Formats: sequence, structure tokens, C-alpha cells
Amino acid sequence: MTTKPDALDGLIEAAAQALDLPLEPAWQPAIKANLAVTLRQAALVTDFPLPDDTEPAPVFQA
Amino acid sequence: MTLNPITASAAEIAGAVRAGSITASQVTEAVLAAIRTRGQTLNAFTAVTEERARAKAAALDARRAQGGALGPLAGVPFAVKNLFDVAGLPTLAGSKINREHAPATRDAALIERLEAAGAILVGALNMGEYAYDFTGENVHDGPSRNPHDTLRMTGGSSGGSGSAVAGRLVPLALGSDTNGSIRVPASLCGIFGLKPTYGRLSRARTFPFVTSLDHVGPFARTVADLALAYDAMQGHDPDDPVCAQRPAAPTLPRIDDGIDGLKIAVAGGYFRKGAAPEALTALQRVAAALAATREIEIPEAARARAAAYVITATEGAALHLDRLRTRAHDFDPAVRDRLIAGAMVPATLVNKAQKFRRWYRARMLELFTDVDVILAPATPCTAPLIGQQTFVLDGVELPVRANLGIYTQPISFIGLPVVAVPVPLKPLPIGVQIIAAPWREDAALKVARALERAGVAIAPTPEI
Repeated sequence: MTTKPDALDGLIEAAAQALDLPLEPAWQPAIKANLAVTLRQAALVTDFPLPDDTEPAPVFQA
Repeated sequence: MTLNPITASAAEIAGAVRAGSITASQVTEAVLAAIRTRGQTLNAFTAVTEERARAKAAALDARRAQGGALGPLAGVPFAVKNLFDVAGLPTLAGSKINREHAPATRDAALIERLEAAGAILVGALNMGEYAYDFTGENVHDGPSRNPHDTLRMTGGSSGGSGSAVAGRLVPLALGSDTNGSIRVPASLCGIFGLKPTYGRLSRARTFPFVTSLDHVGPFARTVADLALAYDAMQGHDPDDPVCAQRPAAPTLPRIDDGIDGLKIAVAGGYFRKGAAPEALTALQRVAAALAATREIEIPEAARARAAAYVITATEGAALHLDRLRTRAHDFDPAVRDRLIAGAMVPATLVNKAQKFRRWYRARMLELFTDVDVILAPATPCTAPLIGQQTFVLDGVELPVRANLGIYTQPISFIGLPVVAVPVPLKPLPIGVQIIAAPWREDAALKVARALERAGVAIAPTPEI
């Protein structure tokens, strides 16, 4: 999975609106850089094939 | 009084108080004086609970005078990272925002357990804001300072805990570790730190960060003190839903049993990549002392670290979502920007990370059928300078704040118990992780103790 860096600006602006998060122009480069790193890390995880029946680590017990 | 309560271990203090060669009040006054003087330089404390400490010490001395039984930590001063609730104080968790919180009405569970064993709380300790930090810096309270060089970082986020124990302000402190926040400051400050198995010690009445990954544990200057404190804190606690329904498994009585029969291996691959020469020197010394010649590969450690990173960013953002909406300007900007970014990560990726966690746990448990203890560096380098933004790992320039924990994150990700042991290199110490299978803190502590007896892992005395 790769995310085009330019796509992140749109995601950040839309997500900030949707989640009612403040977004000042001066903050955006650092938020973008952090989001890019996190998505790169996430790509390492999603690139790893796992069986469909893999349970997530936290298991709720009623 | 022959015992110096500033340099003495917790076990020595408790022994002397029980024997009557020093009073708990004398110990407390000596420690409070050290905090008032050297403590200013180290900036380790954010609150000193003088009145409470004096009252507890006087009560303990009175109990002894009346022939009452004293606990295994009688008169031992300790302090806690300021995310532990201390009755009467707001629980800061390193933040500006929490200063407006009402004072806690009850102590954190682990404070109650240590005090039940006779220990005496003397204050709350500096930390990185909301524990999202590996540096020990704090924009609101100033950085905690490394006793071995006060221009250098303590590591974080339990920076005050590392500074206070290494700087001989207290023999014992508590911290928390989500991705490395006990092991990183233990490494950079040159002391012992125990991150127990996930769910072993109660987190009740501590301010959370990432509940999927949050652990709490002790720092000390000797392995016996670590075990003494750990044993006093064990046991199920219904107030922490994650705390395991397991009986206490005391470690101190068998800590000197030696390491015969324990299969010890060194982690290769990921855990060597990016390590500075001093990290590899420390690892090599420890491995040589233990005659650990076998090298093993921890499978997919980079992905484990990545998954921990994703879970941390998103759970941390969820915890702080309302505060980000209403108080964004009151955060440390570096923390705020990471948390806002975390709020924007799709949930699908978090679910994938939690599925990977189960896969990785199964592989690690397989590994532990053939080995008892794994050695790995605790940090990639010795303490960076305070304010240093980047360092070079494996030829790549990376932010210090997010990358001091590259070797700790893949381990806490599945909650393995670890003792970080200090190797007293010059000019600065550095730690090595002694990693055991789940619930085998006893094995990690025995290995740490063997290294201490061999003189390989020692908490060096700073000049301050």
C-alpha cells in the first residue's frame, strides 16, 4: 500500500472537518509528516498476508 | 548512624530501619534534603510530598518503638512518575491541561502496595507529556536531566524516574512503559528497570496512554531492590480489568539461584541494525558474561514495531480526542501534532495491526519453547543531548523522539517481561534488555542478578 503524499493534505483537511478537530496552517506540515510516517508503518503491517480467520489480539469475553 | 541513606539500596535501608540503626524519619529527612538541593539540578520532581512523608515515617518509627512488625520495604523512600494518582495532587501525566483536574482522592494501587510494605512516598516525578515520548523532555516542566551529564536526555517518558534513581535522590521509583518508557530511561540513566508481563501489575488509578500496551513497573540501582519492590506490588487487582488473575510469584527468594539450565540467546537481525558501537559493545559484554553464543532471529520485528506504532498513534488519539478539540493550544506542539495525525488513521489499519499482534505473539511463544531468555539492546545509542532533534541510525537521519525505542517496541508489543540492565561504559552507560517468556520475570531477574554479581551490569555512580 502506498499513499501519495499530496493525497494527505486532502485527507487531513477532510478528516479535521469530519472529526471537528482544529487545524491551523502552521500545524499542517508536522501533522502531515506524522501521518505519512504512521501510514508507512501501517503499510508494513498490511503488506503482511494473514489468514482471514486471524483473531485480533484483544479478545472480549462476555 | 553508619548507613548513608542517599547511597544505600532499598534493601539496606529497610534492614537498617528494622534493626533500629537508623530511623525512617532520619532516612526521610536525608532524602528530602537531597531533593531540595541536587534535585533542583536534575529537575526530576514535579511535587515533593514532604508533609505526608514525614507523617508516614513518624508513624513507622512509632510502630517500631512499640514492637510492631515492619514490612520488607520499611522506611524506603520512593517516588512515582506523575501519571500515578497521589491523593491530594492532580495527576498531571506530564501535561498542562491536567493541572486543572481535581486532586486525586486515593493513591494508585501500586503506591498503596508499596506503602503497605513500609515504603514512604516522597513525591511525583517529571515525565514526557501524556507519556508520548522517549526523550524525558517536557515543555511545561522543563526536561528531566541525566545525572551522568546534565546536558543530556534522561530518556522517556519516565524521565524523572530515571533521573531520580540514577541521581541518588531515591533508591526506588515507579514508571510506566507503553513502548519503552521504563527501559529507555533505565538505559540512558544507567540503572535497572523492570517492565513486567502485560497484565502482571495493576495500573489502577494511573493516567492511561494506550491501554492495549500500557505497563507499569519499578526502577532501582540493584536487582535485589527491583525484585523486592516487584514482589511487594504483585497480585490481582479487580480495579484494573487487564490485571491477570494470577497468584503472586515472589522472585527475591530465588534471585541468587544462578542461571544454570537457562537457555540464553542473542537477538540478531533487526536488533543489530542501526545500533551504535556502544550499544553493540554493551550487548557483547553481557552475552560474553552469560556465555550466550547462540543468535536467533525474532520474526518480523520491524513489522511488530510498526504495528505498535499504529496502535499507539490511534489509541492515544482516541484518548485525547476531546482535549484535542477544545484545548489543542495547551498541548506540547510535538505531542499535539502526533495525536491529531493519529486521529486521522483509518480504523482498518488498526484492526490489521491487532491481528498481526496475535500472529506475532504465536511466533514468539514458539521461539520461547527453545530458549528461556533473549538479549537485545535497550536503546540504539547512549543519551543524546537535550534538545537534539535527530540522530543517524544505520545511515538514515531519524527523529530522536520517535526512534529511541526501536528495540523496545517489538517486545512490549506482546507484553513480554524485560529487565533493562545498565552496562557502565564510559563516558555514558547504556542498557541491555533481558527478555523472558510471558510470566517469567523470575528468569529475567536471575539473569540480571548474575550479570550484577559478575560486575558486568552495575548502576554507575554519577559525579553530581
